[in-house]
Amino acid sequence: MAERSFAREVEDLRLGDGDIFRGEGILAITKALLQSGVAYVGGYQGSPISHLMDVLADAKDVLDDLGVVFQSSANEAAAAAMLSASVMYPLRGAVAWKSTVGTNVASDALANLASGGVTGGTMIIVGEDYGEGSSIMQERTHAFAMKSQIWLLDPRPDHECIVNLIEKGFELSEVSNTPVMLEVRVRACHMHGSFACKDNVKPAHTIKDALNNPKRDVNRIVLPPAAYEHEQEKIKTRMPAAVSFVRDNKLNEWMGPTQGKVGIVMQGGMYNNVIRALQYLGLSDAYGNTQVPLYVMNVTYPVIDTEIAEFCLDKEAVLIVEEGQPEYLEQAINTVLRRRDIQARVHGKDVLPMGGDYTAQVLLGGVREFLEKTEPRLLGNRPPAPDAAPVLNHPAIEKLKQVVPARPPGLCTGCPERPIFAAMKLVEEELGQHHVSADIGCHLFSILPPFNIGATTMGFGLGPASTSAFNVKADKRSIAVMGDGGFWHNGLTSGIGNAVFNKHDGVFVIVDNYYTSATGGQDILSSRATNKRRKTNNSITQAVKGIGGQWVRQLDRTYDVGKMRDTLKEALTTKEEGPKVIVASSECMLNKQRRVKPQINKAIKDGVRIVKERFGVDEDVCTGDHACIRLSGCPSLSVKQLDDPLRDDPVAAIDNTCVGCGNCGEVAEAAVLCPSFYRADVIHNPSRWDKFRSEVTMSVIGWLQRRRARRRPALEALA
Amino acid sequence: MRDETVKLALPAAGDATERPISIAIVAMGGQGGGVLTDWIVQLAENHGWAAQSTSVPGVAQRTGATIYYIEAMPLLDGRKPILSLMPTPGDVDVVMAAEFMEAGRSILRGLVTPERTTLIASNHRSLAIGEKIAPGNGIADDGAVTGAIGIAAKTEIIFDLNALAIAHGSVISAAMFGALAAANVLPFSRENYLDVIRAGGKGAKASIETFDAAFDRVKTGPAEVAVPVQPVQASATPTPLDPQLGGLVARLTQELPEPAQAMARAGLRKVVDFQDVAYGSEYLDILRKLSSADRNSGGADKGYAFTQAAAKHLANAMSYDDVIRVADLKTRASRRTRIESELELSQNQVLHTTEFMHPRMEEVMGMLPAGFGRWLGAKPRLLGWLDRRVNKGRRVRTYSLPWFLALYVVGGLRGLRRRSLRHAVETDHRDQWLKDATEAVGTNYQLGVEILQCRRLVKGYSDTHSRGLSKFDKTLAAIKLVERRDDAADWARRLREAALKDGPGKELDGVIQTIKSFA
Repeated sequence: MAERSFAREVEDLRLGDGDIFRGEGILAITKALLQSGVAYVGGYQGSPISHLMDVLADAKDVLDDLGVVFQSSANEAAAAAMLSASVMYPLRGAVAWKSTVGTNVASDALANLASGGVTGGTMIIVGEDYGEGSSIMQERTHAFAMKSQIWLLDPRPDHECIVNLIEKGFELSEVSNTPVMLEVRVRACHMHGSFACKDNVKPAHTIKDALNNPKRDVNRIVLPPAAYEHEQEKIKTRMPAAVSFVRDNKLNEWMGPTQGKVGIVMQGGMYNNVIRALQYLGLSDAYGNTQVPLYVMNVTYPVIDTEIAEFCLDKEAVLIVEEGQPEYLEQAINTVLRRRDIQARVHGKDVLPMGGDYTAQVLLGGVREFLEKTEPRLLGNRPPAPDAAPVLNHPAIEKLKQVVPARPPGLCTGCPERPIFAAMKLVEEELGQHHVSADIGCHLFSILPPFNIGATTMGFGLGPASTSAFNVKADKRSIAVMGDGGFWHNGLTSGIGNAVFNKHDGVFVIVDNYYTSATGGQDILSSRATNKRRKTNNSITQAVKGIGGQWVRQLDRTYDVGKMRDTLKEALTTKEEGPKVIVASSECMLNKQRRVKPQINKAIKDGVRIVKERFGVDEDVCTGDHACIRLSGCPSLSVKQLDDPLRDDPVAAIDNTCVGCGNCGEVAEAAVLCPSFYRADVIHNPSRWDKFRSEVTMSVIGWLQRRRARRRPALEALA
Repeated sequence: MRDETVKLALPAAGDATERPISIAIVAMGGQGGGVLTDWIVQLAENHGWAAQSTSVPGVAQRTGATIYYIEAMPLLDGRKPILSLMPTPGDVDVVMAAEFMEAGRSILRGLVTPERTTLIASNHRSLAIGEKIAPGNGIADDGAVTGAIGIAAKTEIIFDLNALAIAHGSVISAAMFGALAAANVLPFSRENYLDVIRAGGKGAKASIETFDAAFDRVKTGPAEVAVPVQPVQASATPTPLDPQLGGLVARLTQELPEPAQAMARAGLRKVVDFQDVAYGSEYLDILRKLSSADRNSGGADKGYAFTQAAAKHLANAMSYDDVIRVADLKTRASRRTRIESELELSQNQVLHTTEFMHPRMEEVMGMLPAGFGRWLGAKPRLLGWLDRRVNKGRRVRTYSLPWFLALYVVGGLRGLRRRSLRHAVETDHRDQWLKDATEAVGTNYQLGVEILQCRRLVKGYSDTHSRGLSKFDKTLAAIKLVERRDDAADWARRLREAALKDGPGKELDGVIQTIKSFA
């Protein structure tokens, strides 16, 4: 079960010829795959392509009708390997993942696939997680496409163009026996737009057909001498076939006037922002009627030499708009022009920044500088371009810089991972700082305030493996943290198996929250929900023991901070050798609330007795030290200023978003902080006994309270 | 190079000035920015416009700051415009900020400019983690945002959209949609907006109510709040019922300089509430001495800052947090009333509370008579044995009879307090502190005030309390090193501020290192 339901979006997948699809880019891509007659789809979730996986997971009926096989792959390597179904059989297949991280994991399979080549069209949808909002290292997928010779599509951010290119991309893959990558950037994936649909296409050849009629050809397998042949095929057959197809089908686009002293060559994905920059310079209207010739590369690999030559032939200078580094296209275009001795000067990274987002603002600066250098007449009267500098340089705004606080992402309210890190913090106070390797997942937020735990992160599921060098006798042990997602992705073997085999005397914490939560709450092997189409409920603890783990502790309630702390302490101090594995399990609160909240509200409505828990702080007991927040960081635990002239510092306060997870009480108790926290249990639809007992008790308590109040001096007069 | 630009009349390719309406929504994850975005897109599409939105779900959504961006414009002869994926600084028509500091951040990003931008922002605060973890007051000054908005925005619509939404049983996105409708930046009617919400179905009723309230709030301004009757001045206060307390109030008015009286009243109230009237009398005795030292040191010219600070911090020092006080506060009727109103408890609901207490032997020892307590303190093995029995987490069901009675009894042990070990320790510590301050004020007035204010460092319970005390001691020791310097008060203030910056006291250690380098 994913973080949100895609039931409505599934209906969009059924749209037929002439219907208008309106929605998110990544869902338009999903629809395009069905229109292209894919026989199978796989992939691994992660921003920005999670919604593709989620909608397909919810679209069983649609897929069954079409006879399409869908798999949530174990990792990106598994997804890439799935494409081998298209090697011998005329099956169209597609896989998707977050890139470059997913492509890193998949590249072994991709290289093998690209070497032997494919018969059926294969498409790899890569969500290029680059620029603002990205959660990973800043690299380009382009390099992978070039090194393995996989064609790279980079369509204009327009649903119509993207969908069309996917359909053409499968044909391209088939005529050139080469896999194709479709690169879509973060904001294009989550862009709302529309396109006119076609009917979905049932695959002409199905997976079943293939299984029943197996084929093999040793020449398609990467082993000498075939491997040498593959390289020659790539050069002599596949590349020319692809170049002809791209040219003949006009996959790249020419815009604007045919003649001009200067022109702009760009990746398709840059088109919208280039048009906006030209508009600011008075060189285009809002509809893309440009006065500067543009060559839009919807296919960025291979570069079509003849098209480049043709575009540049009559020009004095061209600007290459290519986001990210290194500048592969700029280098390639220089080569094309030098070989043909075409004299157009090539500008690119000299006027545009080497790295970072190419926003309209950045492009405005780059294009302006390019035109100033090469054809200043075009800049004409220089209409005023938007400029925030006068505002930003104002002293009052300068001052604001010192005031606005950073707002790093953090764990959600009630997150079951918070008490794990609170416990680690308590252990740190007792036993000193340890080397902690972090992993990928929500738990990586531990590296930020207030926890500040975790020294490195080396990739998904690689937290444990990244402590492997620290396998020596020392006063302290290494600690590795990994999530359940990372565990099943590869951490079972690369982390735990590795530690068992090498007798690594470290501590390994596996955070099990029943989903791959950071990517949107998808099910995995150890998910606790029953999922008709998958086999869930496979225990992590059993897997760890199965691979040879001896010292394994399963904690079924992470909110028990005291137990968590004691278990960690034991793991760090026990004399037992080999890896010490702690599996800390509690359900992701975001998913739990989504699951449980409607049930509870319904039960209350139906008159069922329900106890709802919430936490609070007694403001006159709280002294305003905020030690509790330094061990928590819960969004619902904040501070408020009291209306009391004697108090300088704000006190802790819990707002009504509290879900009653219990972490603050447990921490206050385990860390011996203070008695300010209380848990309030509100009984909805109380039984008669509840009411009777409460009335009796409260009447006695009320009498006692009045008795004491009478003896106090009346202080109201001093207010 | 010759500048040719001005002479050339270059006709625009099209109506180049015609650009889409651009709207940026700055929010934190979980604030419903996605819903609001979809509404605006739907609104535009309902009128045959081209509309495009982009966002970045994922990591930023997990409570971090994020931007949703929308561009929309009518089609020209059926042609679709090319729309941008990210806002361009200086070219945004509407910025909607779901939190006040996020409004500030949008200004820093250049999204709000005086030529173009209507800023719709909620002025409520959702504090960032950095503001919450400081041991002192780390809350950012939002006055700077107010100032910046006045400079950056063309039009501003600022009020607490969050409170309005909560009051109408909905979320901030509905309030922002209403404010957008009222802002008249899009050529659509109020009904057009409401159609979009209605089509959404689920939760539409609460959303519409919130929408309407926000719309009206923008159109007609804040609701007229009846000006509360000014609280009657102190002089007009009826004499307290308790004659002894009345005597104290009279003393306070006679003995203390006027500028310090308000604070002293609050302080008197706190210490009497903590113990009894006699303790209030002791408070005034000490305060009188401090105030005469103040007068002798020329306090009249300084607005009696020393007495004011003393009135505040002495009251806090005298009402230290002990077990008796906690038990007393937890068993008061006003406490339950407060919780009930916070939870909006209805007649048909039953409330219980559970306290998370972790008493240690130290706390028990503090309650014992001073001599006995000291004797026990010198017996580490016995103490350890006892501690193992006492020192554990206890879940206390406050409103069950046995637990309530236990707390009630402890809360009534005030009679033992003034003979207790804890009281003796607190009194010694307090006397030394006041002595230091009084000595200082004679030679360096401001330093005396600063020493008094260092009391702010002592707070919390158990380990937190010990850490606070150790910071206090370190700070006073460091002040000794510079007390003869002219800028001693500045250093004292710097030390105190550093001590309140972080938990472990690294900043404080840094300042002390600096002082040691020259002192």
